[in-house]
Amino acid sequence: MVGIISYGSYIPKWRLSRNAIATGLKGEKAIAGFDEDSITMAVEAGVNCLNNIGRDSIDGVIFCTTTSPYLEKQAASVVAKALDLRRDIFTADSLGCLRGGTIGLQIALDMVKAGSAKRILVTAADCRLGAPESGMEKDFGDGAAAILVGETEKPVAVIQGSYSVSNELMDVWRLAGETFVSMEEDRFIEEEGYKKTVREAVNGLMQKYGAEPKSFAKAVFYTPNLKSYQGLPKGLGLNPEQMQDCLYDRIGNTGTSYPLLLLVSALEDAKAEDKILFASYGDGSDAFILEAGRTSQDGAQGIRRFFENKTTVEDYRRYLKWRGILPLDKGKAVLIPRTSLKAMMRRQDEILRMYGAKCKVCGTIQYPPQRICTQCHSKDQFDQVRLSDKKGEVYTWTADFGAGGLETPIITLTNLEGGGRVFCIITDTTAQEMSVGLPVEFVLRKSYGQTIPEYIWKVRPTQIKA
Amino acid sequence: MEGIKDKVAIVGMGCSQFGELWEKSEEDLIVEAVYEAYEDAGIDPKDIQAAWLGNVRTAMRGSALAIPLKLEFIPISRVENQCCSGTDAFRNACYAVAAGVYDIVLVVGFEKLKDAGPERMTARYNYPDIFPQVPIGLAAQEFALKGTRYFHDYKLSFEDGKRMLSKIAVKNHHNGMMSPKAQFHKEITIEQAMKAPMIASPLGLFDACGVSDGAAAAIITRTDMATNFRDDYVLVKGIGLVSGAKQAALQSDVDLIHFEENVRAAEMAYREAGITDPLKQLGLAELHDCFTITEAITCEDLGFCPRGKIKEYVDAGVFELDGELGVNTDGGLKCFGHPLGASGIRMIYELYKQMQYKAGPRQRKKVRLGLTHNLGGTTGAYSVMVAIFGQRD
Repeated sequence: MVGIISYGSYIPKWRLSRNAIATGLKGEKAIAGFDEDSITMAVEAGVNCLNNIGRDSIDGVIFCTTTSPYLEKQAASVVAKALDLRRDIFTADSLGCLRGGTIGLQIALDMVKAGSAKRILVTAADCRLGAPESGMEKDFGDGAAAILVGETEKPVAVIQGSYSVSNELMDVWRLAGETFVSMEEDRFIEEEGYKKTVREAVNGLMQKYGAEPKSFAKAVFYTPNLKSYQGLPKGLGLNPEQMQDCLYDRIGNTGTSYPLLLLVSALEDAKAEDKILFASYGDGSDAFILEAGRTSQDGAQGIRRFFENKTTVEDYRRYLKWRGILPLDKGKAVLIPRTSLKAMMRRQDEILRMYGAKCKVCGTIQYPPQRICTQCHSKDQFDQVRLSDKKGEVYTWTADFGAGGLETPIITLTNLEGGGRVFCIITDTTAQEMSVGLPVEFVLRKSYGQTIPEYIWKVRPTQIKA
Repeated sequence: MEGIKDKVAIVGMGCSQFGELWEKSEEDLIVEAVYEAYEDAGIDPKDIQAAWLGNVRTAMRGSALAIPLKLEFIPISRVENQCCSGTDAFRNACYAVAAGVYDIVLVVGFEKLKDAGPERMTARYNYPDIFPQVPIGLAAQEFALKGTRYFHDYKLSFEDGKRMLSKIAVKNHHNGMMSPKAQFHKEITIEQAMKAPMIASPLGLFDACGVSDGAAAAIITRTDMATNFRDDYVLVKGIGLVSGAKQAALQSDVDLIHFEENVRAAEMAYREAGITDPLKQLGLAELHDCFTITEAITCEDLGFCPRGKIKEYVDAGVFELDGELGVNTDGGLKCFGHPLGASGIRMIYELYKQMQYKAGPRQRKKVRLGLTHNLGGTTGAYSVMVAIFGQRD
C-alpha cells in the first residue's frame, strides 16, 4: 500500500522570546541560526527522516518552501546532493505557496500511485520574514519537516483520501525583490481567507469520503496564528480536544513546513488506527484523511525532542543581524573572494556529499580525498565513504575572534569514530561550552561571507536523542 | 655530498625600518635596505653579478629588484616559499656562489603588507591547502589550535599555559626595546599579556606578532674572497629546508604539539654544521615567533629543551637575552612584525650584527654560532628552513 514510510523534523535550537520583539507578548518562536536557511533545515529534516533508510532507495525529492535562496535555479538538487541521493532521481521545488508542503505531499502520493517512483522524499522548510516588530514577525517561526512517501507494508500512516480547493485571494504575499511578507487586514485573512477556505476543503473531503468529524482522533491544521486556530473548529463539527496543539507558543508558524511539522507531532503521539484529519492553507487548501499505522518511529524523529533542547536569543538585535535586517559593521564583514564555481563543481562530492576516501590497501580514511594515500602511499586505491553521518570528537579547537562575520567562528580538528579527521567549524555552541574531546555530529550549514549561497558541513555538539 | 658549511660568507647586510610605513613605498624599502648593505660591504652596485628576491605577496619577477635598484641585465630570481621565502632566496644564492657560478650576489627579502587592509589577513584556502568545510582561514586560528592542544596534552591549566606564553611575549617585547628598527618599542607585563583581548583562544593580542612592512638585504661571496671585503664576515654553517606533506587536518595520527618539519629541517642543518647539543653550542636563535605558542613548540622541536618542558625553561630564563641561548634577541617577529619575505633576512641581519659585536645594548657575549628558523603553511604541511651561521675561525 502507499503510505508514509518515515517522517523527520527539525527545529533550530534558537528561540526568540516574543517579549523581545514587543514587551508583553507571550511565548517564543523558533529561529534559524545565523548559518541556517531553508535548504539547510530541509537537509537536516531529510537526514533525520532517512535515518536507517538506504539513501539509494529514494527515487525523488520535492523541496517545498516560500524562501528558497534562488529565484531561478532549483534548490531540491542541493538538498538531494547533500542527502547523498542517487543521480537518476526526480527533483522538484514546490515554491512560493504557503501550502507548498501539502502540494509536495500530494504530488509524491500520486507519483507513487502512478508507479513513476517507489519512494519520494517530501521536504518542507521556511524561514519567512515579517517586518521588524510587525504581527507577522511575532507569528513566524523557522523549521523543517520531511515525509517519505512510498510503497510499504509497514506504514507509519496511510493516506486514505484527499481533497483540494484552489482559491485566488490576495491575503498574504511577497513580491520579487521584497524581503518582508505583506498582508491584507487580519480579519479579512482570517474570515474570508483562512476559515472559509479550510472549511470548504474539509467539508468537501468529508463529503467525498463520507467521513464523520467525530471519527478523527486528531485534527491537524496550518494556521496563520493562534487566534485563527482557536476559531477554526467551530463550524467544522470538531471539538477543541480533537485539535492538535499548534505549538504556536513554542515554535510559531513555520510556513510551508508548518502543517507537516504538526502532522509529525500528531503522528508522534498517535496510536495504531487513529484517524487524523489534516489540512493546509495558502491560495486554497489541501485536506487529507490519514490513518496511523502499526509502525511507530522513535522519538529521535519526532519534534518533542526539540522542546527542551533550545537556547534563547535574548538580544533582538542579534536576531535582526542574523537575518540581515540590521547591517553588519563593514569592518566585521568577512571579505573573501568568491569560490571558483568550477572548483565547487569539481569538489562537489567532498563539499556537499562529504565523501572521504578509504584506502583499500591500508584502510586509512582521509578527508578530503587524496590521489596518493597519506599513510601507505598507494596510488588511486580508494573507496568513497560518506562522512556526514559519522560521529566525532573534538581533537582541538579555537574561537577565532579576529575572523569577523555574524558570530565568532569556532574552528576544530575533529577526529571521527572509525578513523579519519576533519578540519571543520563547530556551530550551535559557544567558546564557554567547548572542550577537547567534546562529542560532535555533522550538520549542513551556510558558509560565511558568500556572494552566492554556499553550503558546508559543520559539526555541532551531539544532541541527546529523545 | 659535501654540504654548504664554510663555503660562503656574508660580507654586507642592510635592514630597513620595520613597521606601519604608510609614507614609504616598495622602492623606498628596497633602496634603504640594499644601500645599507652596499655600504656595509664596501661595494659598488655594479659589482653585483646576480640577485635573488624573497617575496610572497607584494611583487612578482626579478624586475621587482631590477627596477628600483637599476640592476641592469643581470640574472634575478624571485623565490616564494611562504614564510621561508627570504631565507630560501638566501639559500639559492648560497648554492650558486658555492658552485662557483658567481662571486658576489645580492639577496633581498621584502614585503609591503600594510597597503592592503585587514581583509588580506583573511584568505580563502586554496591549493595546496584544501579544506572543503573551512573555506577561509587566518593564521591565528592555525596556531591557536596548537595552543589548546598543548595545554591539554601537557595538562597545563589555562592560567598556567597563558602565563608561559605571556612570558615569551614579555621577553620578546623587552628585547625589542633595544632594536631601533623594530615595529614595536613597548615593555609589557605578564599581567598585561594575560589579560589582553583574545584573538583566537587561547591566544591573545600579545601572543601575536604584528603586521608590518620591511626589507632586508645580504651580500654573499665565496669564503676565500671574503677578506677582500672585511675581516668580520659571517659564515654559513648549515642549511636545512623541508616541506611537509602530512596534513594534520586530515591525518588523525598527526599531533599538534610538535612540528615534524621543524625536527627534520633542524636535523639537516645540525648535521651539516656539526651541531650535537644546540643549547650548549648555539649562542643565538632567531625563531619564527609568529605566535608565542610557535616559539614555545619550536624550542622543543629544535632540541633547546625536552618535550613538554618549555614552561620550566621559560621560567628559568634560559632563552632571555642574558640566558644560555638568546632566543629572538632583537625582539623577533613579535616586535618587528612579519613582512613575510623580509623576515628571514631580518633574522640573519640580527645574527650578523651580534657576531660582529654591533648589536648595541642587546649585545650578547655568547655569539659564536647562531640559528635562524622560518615556518610557513598549514599544520603538517609546513615549509620550514633552519640555517646555522657562525663567526670565522
